[in-house]
Amino acid sequence: MAEVSAHAAHHAPPPGFIRKNVFSVDHKVIGKQYYGLGLLAVIMGMVLSWLMRIHLVWPNVAIPGLGALSPNGAPGGLITPEYYLQLMTMHGTLMVFFVLTNVPFAGFGNFFLPIQIGAEDMAFPRFNMMSFWVTFVGFCVLVAAFFVGDGPPLSGWTAYAPLSALPGAGPGQVMGQTLWACSIAIFCIGQLLGSLNFITTTLDLRAKGMTLMRMPISTWAWFITSCIGLLAFAVLLPACVLLILDRVAGTSFFVPSNLVVSDQLITQHSGGSPLLWQHLFWFFGHPEVYIAILPAAGIVSHILITSYRRSLLSHKVVIYCMMAIGFLSYMVWGHHMFISGMNPFSALVFSFPTLVITIPATILTLIWIGSLYGSNLQITSASLFALGFISMFVTGGISGFFLAQPSIDVYLHGTYFVVGHFHMVMGVAAIFGMFAGTYFWAPKMFGRMMNETLGKIHFWGTFVGTYCIFMPFHYLGLVGNVRRYSAFVDDYLAPLMPVHKFITIAALFTGAVQLIFLYNLIYSRFKGEAAPDNPWKATSLEWTVTSPPPWNNFGGKHPVVYHDPYQYGIESSSGDFVMQDSPERIQTVRDDKKLP
Amino acid sequence: MAATLQPPSIAKIPLEVRRVKPFDSEAPSTGVWVGLAAITMTFAAFTSAMVVRQGSANDWRHFPFPTILYINTLTLILSSVTLQIARQGFVLTDQAATIAKPAMNALYGTLVLGCGFVIGQYMAWHELRSEGVYLSSAPSSSFFYVFTVLHALHVIGGLCGLLYVISKLRRGVLRRSTLDAASRYWHFMAILWLYLLLLLWMRI
Repeated sequence: MAEVSAHAAHHAPPPGFIRKNVFSVDHKVIGKQYYGLGLLAVIMGMVLSWLMRIHLVWPNVAIPGLGALSPNGAPGGLITPEYYLQLMTMHGTLMVFFVLTNVPFAGFGNFFLPIQIGAEDMAFPRFNMMSFWVTFVGFCVLVAAFFVGDGPPLSGWTAYAPLSALPGAGPGQVMGQTLWACSIAIFCIGQLLGSLNFITTTLDLRAKGMTLMRMPISTWAWFITSCIGLLAFAVLLPACVLLILDRVAGTSFFVPSNLVVSDQLITQHSGGSPLLWQHLFWFFGHPEVYIAILPAAGIVSHILITSYRRSLLSHKVVIYCMMAIGFLSYMVWGHHMFISGMNPFSALVFSFPTLVITIPATILTLIWIGSLYGSNLQITSASLFALGFISMFVTGGISGFFLAQPSIDVYLHGTYFVVGHFHMVMGVAAIFGMFAGTYFWAPKMFGRMMNETLGKIHFWGTFVGTYCIFMPFHYLGLVGNVRRYSAFVDDYLAPLMPVHKFITIAALFTGAVQLIFLYNLIYSRFKGEAAPDNPWKATSLEWTVTSPPPWNNFGGKHPVVYHDPYQYGIESSSGDFVMQDSPERIQTVRDDKKLP
Repeated sequence: MAATLQPPSIAKIPLEVRRVKPFDSEAPSTGVWVGLAAITMTFAAFTSAMVVRQGSANDWRHFPFPTILYINTLTLILSSVTLQIARQGFVLTDQAATIAKPAMNALYGTLVLGCGFVIGQYMAWHELRSEGVYLSSAPSSSFFYVFTVLHALHVIGGLCGLLYVISKLRRGVLRRSTLDAASRYWHFMAILWLYLLLLLWMRI
């Protein structure tokens, strides 16, 4: 592997408060801004999920304040069926785009990718700043939908056409849906800028000695994710442009002929293809699953190795598996459309790679678990959440086997089984990755240690709570409980109400447990114990700098990398590990001939 | 008293010998390739949407292209040629690079031709509108406007890039890789336009 000479993107130290903390070009500040935006979005998304769950099981309970926010959607605080769908749409959109994409990829990636490869900053610091602020504008445009005319859209986070293309399709489909489409288009631009930066930085700004295979797994995950994101968001952006044009310019990309909506024959559009939207959306949508989960997988791998005090069974296989998952993610989008009336042969074509993608995912899981053998596991909040990630990933992944088969998916697709599946494998797993990353890297990001006892309480509460929420979803789906309904009044659904009540109570409990995390994060930020430079005795470059790092990361020096990223379980002058920039020789390392 | 070495004032350097930094990172070069990959994917998505939409109903309408489109095509190709001439005018030595005046003129020529292309595209849209071909008239016209407007926006982005290059050059801080990246982007816009013209010509 050819080495890349050390180049760093240079910029002057920030001159004032605004340039230092708001419109900053420093990748660390931008990473924290993404993290903060994600935190805001996750709180909003969680509150929306509470409102939905409360309405489902106690439909006659008036929710204080909601009537003021939406007099039509929730008159007197009682949620209408349409407003339920509007809340669901906003919950999904906030969570998928502004939480699952923002925090593990853009948040942690921005902060740590340059440091882990020994760079002073991103390749294009101004583009990087622009990427965050464009994303922030997208967030504001989306949230504005709560405050316009008939509220946010109700077409779900997938915004299926043709209803998403027609202003008369229901409450929220006038201005709210247009804001949604604009918000996502803006978000795509932000992500494209971010992906461009990540790829270029990784390829061009690595320190001397930092070959590609010496990059930590977390860096590899961010790099692979940015490659996926570059191509995926480049497809969602045109889809949103066409949707906006259908809505505001009278074009007919997605609206078919002779469509009747709300008892009105649609005459100003004709000939469009609703399936075209689904193809474009899911060509982005399935890679998006991996945009959410791969960074979390990389973060978890990085943390587990440090906690195991040994390297994984194979560093290279983990990287190749992540590459394989990224590649295959572009070949499976049709499995989201099994019930769209597609040719059964096409369904088979999409089913096969969907099942194949489980092979690298399984190898990853086996490596994470198998590497426990012979390890010296250190139980910390970070390692608990990392292990919890594996649990969620496996549990949610297994239900994916069922859904990958068209004949079974036809039955399960419209049920809570799917809701349980994707919440566990994509949502909760990625959020566990975020928690793991937060407990692990907060000392480096903020210069303060988080409270470990509170962290462990937070883990067990969240771990038990999420299983109580999402495992019953699978049961509900198997017995035919349809999703997206705001009330379960049919005879066959009424007996399931106790299960729904259990889920709602579990959701409220799990949400309350997150207050412990918030308290821990905020208290530790200001009053926590001062963090040493390397509290976890880890080996990668972020632990060679002060906590928090100086504005130029390495104090103007250019680090030189001598070792693979995970040299644990050996005898050295510093203990059972050797840091990547230590010139200390390790006789047992196979590649010590590569020493620069 | 030891004399300190001061860099010469930029204003005093004749335009012909402005220095181009020879040592710089490869980031602009890599970055533009990555950006072009994203742009390629975007237009590939639009292309596939066009193919699917054309086959989904019998409402596709053919209409003649405004003649000015072909003149615009020649303008854009010529701008690529002038940019290449400008690029070759930057002579790189061990420590510095110089730019010949004809090369600088070629760079300005590229800027003018690029603006001419965008104005020409606007005239094409105007002509179509006068003939009653609007964005929402038919799916074919929708795609025509979408493709040409988005391409023109990308060309305007390229013009901004050229202005950035000229501004850096005038301040004597232009990096070779920045110039290479800008010219690569510009040539790509010409190739993309030829592809779009062929696609639209075949389909519309």
